[in-house]
Amino acid sequence: MEPFLQLKNVSKTFGEVAALRGINFEVGANEIVGLLGDNGAGKSTMVKILTGYHQPDPGGELYLKGRRIEHLSVAQARGLGIEVVYQERALADQQSLWRNIFMGRELADRWGRLDLKGMRRETGKLMQTLMGFTSAAVSPDSVVKTFSGGERQGVAITRALYFKAELIILDEPTMGLSLSETRKCLDFVAGIRAAGKSAIFIDHNIFHVYPVADRIVVLDRGAVAGQFLKNELTLQELIDRLYLVAQTGSLNGGGGK
Amino acid sequence: MSGEQVSLSPRRGGLARRMRKYSLQIGIVGVAFFIWVLFLIGSPRTFLRRDIYAAFMSSTPYFALMAIPLTLVIIAGEIDLSFPSIMAFGMTAFDVVFLTTHSVWLGFLACLAAGVLAGWLNGIIVVKIGVPSLVATIGTQFFWRGVVMVVTNGQGLGLTPVRETFLYPLLVGRIGGFFPAQFLWTIAFALVVWFFLNRHRFGAHVYLTGDNLESARLMGVNVHRTKILTFAAVGFAAAFAGFVVSEDVLFFWPTLGEGYMLNTLASVYLGGTSVFGGTGTVFGTFVASFIIGAINAGIVAAGLTGFWTNVIYGLIVVTSVSLQTVVSRRMR
Repeated sequence: MEPFLQLKNVSKTFGEVAALRGINFEVGANEIVGLLGDNGAGKSTMVKILTGYHQPDPGGELYLKGRRIEHLSVAQARGLGIEVVYQERALADQQSLWRNIFMGRELADRWGRLDLKGMRRETGKLMQTLMGFTSAAVSPDSVVKTFSGGERQGVAITRALYFKAELIILDEPTMGLSLSETRKCLDFVAGIRAAGKSAIFIDHNIFHVYPVADRIVVLDRGAVAGQFLKNELTLQELIDRLYLVAQTGSLNGGGGK
Repeated sequence: MSGEQVSLSPRRGGLARRMRKYSLQIGIVGVAFFIWVLFLIGSPRTFLRRDIYAAFMSSTPYFALMAIPLTLVIIAGEIDLSFPSIMAFGMTAFDVVFLTTHSVWLGFLACLAAGVLAGWLNGIIVVKIGVPSLVATIGTQFFWRGVVMVVTNGQGLGLTPVRETFLYPLLVGRIGGFFPAQFLWTIAFALVVWFFLNRHRFGAHVYLTGDNLESARLMGVNVHRTKILTFAAVGFAAAFAGFVVSEDVLFFWPTLGEGYMLNTLASVYLGGTSVFGGTGTVFGTFVASFIIGAINAGIVAAGLTGFWTNVIYGLIVVTSVSLQTVVSRRMR
């Protein structure tokens, strides 16, 4: 089966600085890829190329479902189903759940009149199917401020899934979450696979990435230091290898893959 | 036992939820009622007759008309301090167009257009150049007042010809011999702004923009256009209010608007709109405007002399806002 998304030999330089150097990377259909790397490893630059904010240097190629994409724009990326769930979740705290779900994409007629009933009804459905909110105290009109960190991450992921995202990029989704909240958040990430979609899960923390990712890719100083399927390595072996990366720049202590 | 609790809790949750949702509105109505009772006790002879209510309804719209759209600007996380000058700027446009064309209606349209232009310009300065709205609109407040003085040379304009046209009964006549037309216009403004804020995509974007600008932008909300439109709405309303005020006294003073700033702002904040943006209601502003209007008239009616007015006025505003904060916090 051909991968959903593929980067071939993608580099990105900003003036003198090489942020990415000859990256080969792919995300399969219905696959969750964990992307690990230190600050400055090139994770965010890669995200920005995938979302169309940056264009790769000449020579790099980007394929979506096997089709070559020449100049990916932000709008085009969204249209193709690439959605980012940002670190700060991009929620409006004082607004209701339904307003957050439909933020910027409100259901309305051609005069701009809101379909309030429709949005509340859809939000109610999502609460049961994707979010798992069963408490009677939570309704589509509940203010997002009252939600926990994990639930808020769930709202952001649910929103992306609802709007037909094919590939969801999660930018450090567990940052600032407590242990139990992290657990809840990881359940939502696992829900992306259950919904038949793909995800790129970016994080510093190997303990968060390992349980939910199918495949783990390690970036180091702008290059892919190594990648492996989860069932190839135990968590302890992975941790040992990551120390090696820090010293040698490669997972295998030598050449690329 | 536990089954009973489960069946009860959704209903109880429903009521509490509704109370929470309307806590702002409940708070302001409570304050209004409290003040009304206070005045009723202080001066039953005045407040049991209908004349005083006719007086409220005729003078409160002068600033309520502006406070209603100003609510949008403040919910969107900005502020506008230039509207008193825009009132006079609109009338200056009327002045110029009326004197050249001798058409009251053309002058009226020019007045409204000038207001929209001035408001739109506020929006452009804030959004495109990035000047904080507090600073930008202090600047434009001086600028438009200056323009008014230069163009009119400080001279007023008698508006008796307006009295001959249909505009006069339309805007400041007495409907049914009792209701001032400007009061009905205020209700109309409130309904239109309420519709756009609560039932239209524009309003949804106003709330989102004021709540979290960056989130709204990331999710594809056109935050720039949203803000510019809110400023333009205040500009339009300021010109309209300026016309109503001038027409009511049949004279345009180039100092028109001075003295309206604090009443208008107090109405919005007393109405429960957050200084930090993201929350607020048209209903709250509407009721609060009439509280502010009532305080002005009520203090005089209660027999307090002019010097005491501001003391009582300030006291009531601070107490009301405190009371409202406490009430709405307890409901949360």
